[in-house]
Amino acid sequence: MCLTAVLKKKTKFFTIDVELSCRDGQTLALIGPSGSGKTTIIRMLAGLVTPDEGRIVYRDRVFFDSARGVNLPPQKRKLSYVFQDYSLFPHQTLHGNAAFAARDRGEVDALMDFFGLTELRDRKPHEVSGGERQRCAVCQALARNPHLLLLDEPFSALDVVTRRILRNELKKITEKRTFPVVYVTHDVTEALFIGNTVLPIVAGSVDREWMERITAPAAGTDAGTKAARTTKLALAY
Amino acid sequence: MELLPLYLSAKLAAIATVILIAVAAPLAYLLTNGSWPGKSFVEALLNLPIALPPTVIGFYLLFVLGPKGSVGRMWEALFGGPLLFTFTGIVVASIFYSLPFAIQPIKASFEKIDPRLKESAYVLGLSPLATFFRVIIPNSVNGIAAAAILVFLHTMGAFGVVLMVGGSIAGETRVASIAIYEAVESMQYEKAWALSLAFIPIGYGFLLLVNRLTRK
Repeated sequence: MCLTAVLKKKTKFFTIDVELSCRDGQTLALIGPSGSGKTTIIRMLAGLVTPDEGRIVYRDRVFFDSARGVNLPPQKRKLSYVFQDYSLFPHQTLHGNAAFAARDRGEVDALMDFFGLTELRDRKPHEVSGGERQRCAVCQALARNPHLLLLDEPFSALDVVTRRILRNELKKITEKRTFPVVYVTHDVTEALFIGNTVLPIVAGSVDREWMERITAPAAGTDAGTKAARTTKLALAY
Repeated sequence: MELLPLYLSAKLAAIATVILIAVAAPLAYLLTNGSWPGKSFVEALLNLPIALPPTVIGFYLLFVLGPKGSVGRMWEALFGGPLLFTFTGIVVASIFYSLPFAIQPIKASFEKIDPRLKESAYVLGLSPLATFFRVIIPNSVNGIAAAAILVFLHTMGAFGVVLMVGGSIAGETRVASIAIYEAVESMQYEKAWALSLAFIPIGYGFLLLVNRLTRK
């Protein structure tokens, strides 16, 4: 495993107690209802929240180890994080944002081209749509060439159509990458589509039964309705 | 109209403003950043000039900047001349006097910045210092400009502190506010009127600019 984490953190309503792992080139989707602790987990991986106990290791680099007193700041973890809503720098253009932490300017241009942002490169974030802003946020994250990519419900504020287009684009581009991706969502369809592995989190702990309940067809559903559901899901993917 | 006091006031305000912004911006950032031991004590100390009468501040500064005071002694040792009753002395006094008026609006402007921008910068590998210069400052330009204008106007109108520390030496420390006071004292009302009227368009123009900047 390339990324492994054992995390414990007491919150106001429950204690987060999870173990997770993700291989290079794979996407781990954290799914769960709102307020289940998914964002806190991903923030602990990023170094923005300190776990009470645990260990986070990426390859041979220890990001956090409570027993040894290791806690690398976010700057030293060399990861990228796409936030739940837009966190682009308002004073920069889209190109300035995408290239903010990039080393290879050529790659920035290629990424902007892939996400259809070349024409908008000189616009400021407030001058483009929500979908374009999130495309730029993903560009910024990938252009950094991170060791680990974290995405926290990156498309949840967008309309259904834009969300579907963006997750297709994201899947296409992350499939070519070799680093682990951790993707947080409360949308089961999205989790199943994006993730190679899906980890259901409820009240801070892994709850596989919740996942089964949520994906099971309703009792008494006839064969026709079941087929329609399957087609709907297939379309959604 | 005698222009020298107005020129001195503008020169004093301009120099003090540049220094104040450079000093106040990092201090405001420290005060905005989380909680650290003694933060509220430091903040109250920095804001003290707001709560004290200018003559009281001037009285204390008279001793601190004087030849027996810590700052005055150090200054004489470094530059060989006194601080009291000099233009440099009133610049130093104005900085102490106007510091909270620079810190407060800059701090308010820093507090308006979405904290996720700072987190985003950290995750992208920027140190706290680089984040300050590449993210915080560029996103607070209007707030900093508004603070600069307010501090400039505040220093332009300074009277008690400047009189205590600088006295009234023509061409050196006799700024417009002191010249107006002296003109009234010696019943030269025409001179007092001319200098006083000059303050109205300057103040009004700058305040309009502040409104424009803070509205954005």
